[in-house]
Amino acid sequence: MTATDTTEGVAGRPSLAGTKSSADKWFRWLLTIAGTSVLVILATMMMFTVFDAWPVFRHEGWSFVFSSTWDPGVSRTEITGQYGALAFIVGTLLTSAIALVVAVPLSIGTALYLTHAAPRAIKNPLTYAVELLAAVPSVVYGLWGLLFFVPVVLRPIMDFVAGTLGSFIPFLGPPVVTYNYFAAGIVLAIMVLPIITAVTREVMSKTPASEIAAAYALGATRWEMMRFVVLHRARPGIIGATMLGLGRALGETIAVAMLVGGSKLIGHSIFLGGQSMAGIIAVTFQEAAPENVKALIGVGVVLFVITIIVNVAARGIVLLTGGHVTGDAAL
Amino acid sequence: MSIDATPANAHPSLHTRSANAAKRKRKDRMMTGLLIFCVTLVLIPIALILYQVVQRGIGAMSWEFLSKVQPFAQRREGGGYLNGLFGTLYLLVIAVTVAVPLGIATATFIVEYKDSKLSPVIRFFTDVMSGVPSIFIGLYIYALLVQGRIGFSIGFSTLAGGLALSLLMLPIVARASEEVLRLVPDDLRNAAFGLGARRWQVVTKTVLPAASSGLITGSMLAVGRAAGETAPLLLTALGAFVVTPALVNAPQSALPLLIYNEARGPFDAAHARAWAGALELMLLVLILTIVARAVNRNHDMEQ
Repeated sequence: MTATDTTEGVAGRPSLAGTKSSADKWFRWLLTIAGTSVLVILATMMMFTVFDAWPVFRHEGWSFVFSSTWDPGVSRTEITGQYGALAFIVGTLLTSAIALVVAVPLSIGTALYLTHAAPRAIKNPLTYAVELLAAVPSVVYGLWGLLFFVPVVLRPIMDFVAGTLGSFIPFLGPPVVTYNYFAAGIVLAIMVLPIITAVTREVMSKTPASEIAAAYALGATRWEMMRFVVLHRARPGIIGATMLGLGRALGETIAVAMLVGGSKLIGHSIFLGGQSMAGIIAVTFQEAAPENVKALIGVGVVLFVITIIVNVAARGIVLLTGGHVTGDAAL
Repeated sequence: MSIDATPANAHPSLHTRSANAAKRKRKDRMMTGLLIFCVTLVLIPIALILYQVVQRGIGAMSWEFLSKVQPFAQRREGGGYLNGLFGTLYLLVIAVTVAVPLGIATATFIVEYKDSKLSPVIRFFTDVMSGVPSIFIGLYIYALLVQGRIGFSIGFSTLAGGLALSLLMLPIVARASEEVLRLVPDDLRNAAFGLGARRWQVVTKTVLPAASSGLITGSMLAVGRAAGETAPLLLTALGAFVVTPALVNAPQSALPLLIYNEARGPFDAAHARAWAGALELMLLVLILTIVARAVNRNHDMEQ
C-alpha cells in the first residue's frame, strides 16, 4: 500500500499504514473472549461435575457403570450407599434404540416423499407440519403420553403384541405394565422424527438433477430412481442424521422420565418399567441427600460423555458427506 | 444435451412392454403407497397432540387460570399458573440477556475472524455444546452456582434457572447467527472497507445491521426452545407456589415445572390445570415462532 502520500496529502496526518487502531484491537479481544467462553464453559462443565462426583466414582470404581444395585444412602459427608447405574444406562440405551428403530424408517420415508414424490401443493404444508413436532415442548409430550397416548392408544397395541409375538420372542413377553421402555421409546421416536427428517431431507434434496434424469432416461421407475440414486447417495447422510437423533434421544429427560415407569431394576421385557439416566436425575434429585446428589452428578457425567461421543461422530459423518446441518428442527 | 448414434429402435424392449415392466410398475406403485403410509403415520401424532392440547386446554382455560396462582393442594380445583407464567417470562428475560449477545458475538468471531486459528475450534465446540443434554447443564449450574463450588452461592433461584436456560440457548443462537452472517455478501464488507471503515466499524455498522432480521429470528427460535425446557429448571429454579420477583436465593417457578408436577399426580383437577398450562406454553412458543418467521419474511420482502 502506498498510503503515505495520499493520507498526508488529504488530512495532513502521518501515514496510517502500519498503525493499528486500538478500537480494532479491543473489538477483536471482546469477540475472542465471547468466543472462548464456549470453551471455558465446556471445560468447567467437565471439571466441576467430575470433581463433585469424584468421591462416588472412587467409592464405586467400575461397578458404577457395571452394577445395577442403586441403593442411595443419606449421609451428608461420606458415601454410605451403593451406586450402580447400569439399570439406568440400559434404560437410556433401550428407549433410544426403540425410538430409532421406529423413527428412522419413518423419517426416511417421509423425507423421500417430501423431496421426490410429494405434489408441489402439499409439499410445504407437510414440511411445516413435521417441523411443528419439533416445536412441541418435551413436557407436553410427557403430559400427552402420560394422560392420553400411552394408556389409550399404545396400551391395546402393547397387550396385543405381548399376547401374540410375545409368546415366542424373548423381550416381548407379558406381563405388560402401562408405562414402560416401549411406551417411552415410541414417544421418544415422535420427538426425534423432526430432526432426523430435517437432516435426511436436506441431504436428499442435494441429489444432482442430472443423475435423476439419467436414471429416468435409462427407463427406471420413480421407485427405482429413489432406490438407486437418492437413497444410495443419501446413505452416509442418513447415518449422520440417525446419530444426531440418537444424541437427542439419549439426552431427552422429562418425557422419558414421565413414561418409562420409574423402576430401578432392569426389566427383562420391553413392556416392563425401567428408568433412564436423565430420568433418575430429574425424578430423585429434589429429595436426594448430599451423597446421593454426588452420585446423580456422576450419572450425568456418564451421560454427558456418551452423548458427546455420539454427537461428535454424527456431525463428523454429516460434514464428511458434504451435508450441512440446518433447519429449525436440527438446531 | 446431445444424444448420439444409437437409434431408439436398436432396443426393441423399449416399445414392447415385457412382463417385467408390469411387475416393476406395480412395485413402484406399492412403494409410493408405502411412502404415503409413512407420512400419514407421522401426521397422526401431530394431529393427535395438537387436538388434545387445544381441546383439553381450552376446557380448563379461564381468566382465573391466567390471573391466579395454583392452590397448595393439587386435588383442589381452580387456581392457575400465574406464578409459572411469570417465572417463565422472568427466566427467559435473563436467559436472553446473557445468551443473545454472547451467541451473536461468538458467531461474529467465527465468521468475521476466519483467519484466526481459534475460529474453527470455537465453531466445533459450539456444535459440541449444542449436543450437551439439557439435564447436564442443570447439573453444572447446580454444582457451580447453587451449591456454591466457586466460593459464593446464589441458591435455587431465578438467576440460576435463567443462566441454565442461557447455556441451552447459547449454541442455538450462535449457530443460527453464524448461518445468517455467512449470507451477508462480501461486497458489502469490501464496500465498507473501501470507504475507509475500520474492521469494528464494518462489523457493527454494516454486517450486523444487514443480518439483523436473521439474528432476531435465530434468537427467537432459541427462546422458543428454552421456554419449553423442564429438566435444567428442576435442578436450578426448583419451583415455587407464589409469584417470586426475587433474583437470587428464592426458588422460582415456571410453566413446564408446574405441568410436570401436576401431570404426575393422580388428581383430575391438577390434570386439568396441566392441560391448560400446556396450551398456554404452546401458545407462547407459537407466538415466538410466528414473530420470528414474520420478522424474517418482512426482511426478505424488503430485499
